[in-house]
Amino acid sequence: MSQLLKVAEAAAHGVTESATHTAQHAAHAATPSLSLLGDNLPALAIVVPLLAAPLVALMIRPALAWSLAALAGLTTLAVTGGLLARVLDSGPIVYAVGGWAGPWGIEYRIDTLSAGMLVLVAGIGAVSLLYARASVAREIPPARASLFYSLMLLCLTGLLGMCISGDVFNVFVFLEISSLSSYALIGLGSTRRAFTAAFNYLILGTIGATFYVIGIGLLYMMTGSLNMADLATLVPAQMDTTTVQMAIAFLAVGLSLKAALFPLHLWLPNAYAYAPSVVTAFLAATATKVSIYVLVRFVFTVFGGTGLLVLEGPLGLSAGTLICVLALAGVVVASLSAIYQEDAKRLLAYSSVAQVGYMLLGVGLASPAGLSAGLIHVFNHALIKFALFLAVGAVVWRTGSAHMAALAGAGKRMPWTMAAFVIAGLSLIGVPGTVGFVSKWMLLQAALAQQLWLVAGLILFTSLLAVVYVWKMIEAAYFRPVPEGGPEIAEAPLSLRLPLWLVALACIYFGLDASGPVGIAETATRTLLEGGA
Amino acid sequence: MTPEVALPLPPALGLIALGLLLPLIPRPARPLWLVGGPALVLGWVWLIPEGSHLALPFLGHVLEPLRATDLTRVFATVFSLMALVGNLFALRQKSTWELAAANVYAGGAIGVTFAGDLISLFVFWEVMAVASATVIWSAARPAAYRAGLRYLQVHLLGGVILMAGIIGHIMDTGSIAFTAMQPETVATWLILIGVLINAGAPPLTAWLPDAYPEASFSGTVFLSAFTTKTAVYVLIAGFPGTQILIWVGMYMVFYGIIYALLENDMRRILAYSIINQVGFMVCGVGIGTEMALNGAASHAFTHIIYKALLLMSAGSVFYMTGRTKCTELGGLFRSMPLTCTAGIIGALAISSFPLTSGFISKSMIAQGAADQHMAWVWMGLEAASAGVFLHAGIKFPWFVFFQKDRGLRPKDPPLNMKVAMVIFSAFCLGLGLFPQPLYAILPFPVDYVPYTTAHVVKQLQLLLFAGLAFFVLLPLMKRTETLSLDWDWLYRRPGPWLAGRALALIGALYDSLTGAGRHLLARLFTTLERGHGPTGTLARTWRVGNAAVAVMVLLCLYLAIYYR
Repeated sequence: MSQLLKVAEAAAHGVTESATHTAQHAAHAATPSLSLLGDNLPALAIVVPLLAAPLVALMIRPALAWSLAALAGLTTLAVTGGLLARVLDSGPIVYAVGGWAGPWGIEYRIDTLSAGMLVLVAGIGAVSLLYARASVAREIPPARASLFYSLMLLCLTGLLGMCISGDVFNVFVFLEISSLSSYALIGLGSTRRAFTAAFNYLILGTIGATFYVIGIGLLYMMTGSLNMADLATLVPAQMDTTTVQMAIAFLAVGLSLKAALFPLHLWLPNAYAYAPSVVTAFLAATATKVSIYVLVRFVFTVFGGTGLLVLEGPLGLSAGTLICVLALAGVVVASLSAIYQEDAKRLLAYSSVAQVGYMLLGVGLASPAGLSAGLIHVFNHALIKFALFLAVGAVVWRTGSAHMAALAGAGKRMPWTMAAFVIAGLSLIGVPGTVGFVSKWMLLQAALAQQLWLVAGLILFTSLLAVVYVWKMIEAAYFRPVPEGGPEIAEAPLSLRLPLWLVALACIYFGLDASGPVGIAETATRTLLEGGA
Repeated sequence: MTPEVALPLPPALGLIALGLLLPLIPRPARPLWLVGGPALVLGWVWLIPEGSHLALPFLGHVLEPLRATDLTRVFATVFSLMALVGNLFALRQKSTWELAAANVYAGGAIGVTFAGDLISLFVFWEVMAVASATVIWSAARPAAYRAGLRYLQVHLLGGVILMAGIIGHIMDTGSIAFTAMQPETVATWLILIGVLINAGAPPLTAWLPDAYPEASFSGTVFLSAFTTKTAVYVLIAGFPGTQILIWVGMYMVFYGIIYALLENDMRRILAYSIINQVGFMVCGVGIGTEMALNGAASHAFTHIIYKALLLMSAGSVFYMTGRTKCTELGGLFRSMPLTCTAGIIGALAISSFPLTSGFISKSMIAQGAADQHMAWVWMGLEAASAGVFLHAGIKFPWFVFFQKDRGLRPKDPPLNMKVAMVIFSAFCLGLGLFPQPLYAILPFPVDYVPYTTAHVVKQLQLLLFAGLAFFVLLPLMKRTETLSLDWDWLYRRPGPWLAGRALALIGALYDSLTGAGRHLLARLFTTLERGHGPTGTLARTWRVGNAAVAVMVLLCLYLAIYYR
């Protein structure tokens, strides 16, 4: 209950903030403008889900709440799509919120990377909301359905805000909005274990957020600025001070915790395993990715690029190496753990920890190829894991459980759902023709370009571990007999299967024609590295 | 300059689509779909003029999934022909899964032959691995499930090795083009190893006779055609004249003969003889002259047809009787005359009997060795020809269709299966009588006349003495219900068994040490499970306090890096 209150508080905070902004917009709009809507697209990306959230909470009938939430999700997707088109067309957008120019006012800064992330998050949010109707009706008591949708929109707002904002404190505000709403969402899971999972995540997530705010506090102490672009020019002069060094350490740990970098992933498996199906799918595809985005933003935009990663400390260890070692350890340990799981959601959660390892490995390699590979895996893995969790969600919808035993015979009884699951599973392994292959390929190339044979060997070895844990689920679904005497299980409803297939086909489409996302990742890498130079 | 193509799409996609869409086709329309589709693909293969016709940008490289060469056409032709007649044979197969997977599998094989770059090649390579494992699983028996799993493991391992090699090769040369290479760098060695695993080369030979006979009556027919022969294609195109392949090939030739002679299951006998026959081709690639490469390519062509014919004959027996063991069969020639005739024609072809297709192709490989004055290789190949006659040429038909009458009176199989066997029998005899059309499509100009008096007489002598030897030694040839140990035991019973074998000589230590090996392996898995199982240290739900400690430790690490 206290969590819900906190969320409401945070939301209210956000609303008042944005309300003042909108008021100021009205004043601002008095000046002649050719396309009012077009110019304010950045604000709309945040305002639409944020304002829809309290409205949805007021709806008593679940169907109505869902319609409004889904509409808001789709609108947000359209807005972010427009933003991406603009950025690709005419370069980065700087938007002064409320007309207050940076570095004093809050700036939204949208370059290729943030626009790409916005579309990814909004897209996953929209599809989750479409999928949610049937799933929520089954897993959430009707009385809480509208609250649930409201929280989903708040969480979406927070994640979008973290991607769009060019102000480090504003990022913290959005981080809290998304975190608090996700604690509450996880707590809505149908078993009592969901509470402890949410509580653990709350404690650890708060530690992460606190570290983050300590980090930016220290930066503010030394530079007097919270604006990223401004910080980028002010920080280099202070780089050798103990305070800034402390700031880097706090920021790195805080964000690694939110990104679930091994060994700071301990909150993740239970949170994903016990949350409602839609929440798991949505968070798995977005939350850790956005934290990685913020980490990349700090390393490359604020702290000036790869220098920070290759800098060797007194122990002869550089942060890049540390990240690579932890990432690889995470990949191996989490993949092994995934193999031994008996619950499909928990298994996939461990696999997420492993995959986060691949992404951060790319970042830790501190080369353009590595960074591109890490960023492309952010996108690809979001699609893959989203599809997998949606498929498991459909099985849960029918059987009420994600245990291996519940999967038994699903291949026969839910052929469409499981076929999509197999496609996504093959992507997770990295079979050619799927998105997973593109990631694996680029990551291997990046590792081999630096002559890191051990790293390349480990990437290949762990992809075989992925075969084992994906196989474990496929074996259960296709080769175990349908349990006798159990309830009759039919295919999941179309409203679950359509979003699932949409994502599964995307896994294949972007695996065959990777030019779009790879182009964005490479442009983003260039911008990041130039910005840092 | 590349000439225009009417339909610039890889024919592979045609067969893959045919397979994937099959479940949506109503059952009455399926015969037309399954036979008409591959016929169109066969025509399509021939409509593509030489050269590369498709350029797809992918990750900064340009893929060429549609590059036709002379060699491509030889293999693509026989692969689509195989899909056509194989589908005809399998029309009664109830498992939609198997038929769908078999056509995707054939599509993958054709895709490999048209791949002009290493990435497309790898993509189709993996398509084949997954689709062929699905064909095995479609037999829906527990033994087939386990064999398919072992099969897939070997091929995924091969795929990983191949992929590592391909990436390394691209880093070395900067080009993704698939051209002839020599195993000189780590990367090219890895590619060669990855390909050889699919060819059934030692030491990972056993996946083939382990898995193929577990498939259904029709599944084995498909399996026999594609995986090993695409590997032969890649070897011809990628590693012509690589010396080591001669010895790899010789090993495979004799390995196949010896194990086939010891075997009792008719389909497993034929599976071993695949390795034996692929050994001839690998050996031909190793010799690497135009004559030998032509021989390898044409032998692949004829081999696919007569091996499929043999397996159709065996498959028909299995389909009608449900039995596969030589000791349970015999005397079927009375009630299954057509199946028996087809089996004998296939057996004669595999033994390179004059007037059959095997005669006109295999002899080119031996001729290649003779031209290079490789006396040992030539003698080995000739001796092996006699061995082939023993294990496949006589043993298979004798024990299945003649020998002791067990009182079985099954009829010949249904019409579609009979027609398929007749078609392939006609090919075996037709190519033996008129080799020119096949010679005309080979990659190099053929200057070889198979039917010289000396050659025919020598071959007949060889076969007659081999035949004599078989009947003289008949008591020894009779099979009992035995199992032959093979390399696959190494990975089926890994640690303990390996320890056991190495130390079998030291009898006293044997028990304790196998015990120790078993114990060690068990310990490893328990440790892993203790660490990673649901209650394991690394995977259980941690107390929040402990998790917070991890946070602090990491903070200290970062401080240690940046603080000075």
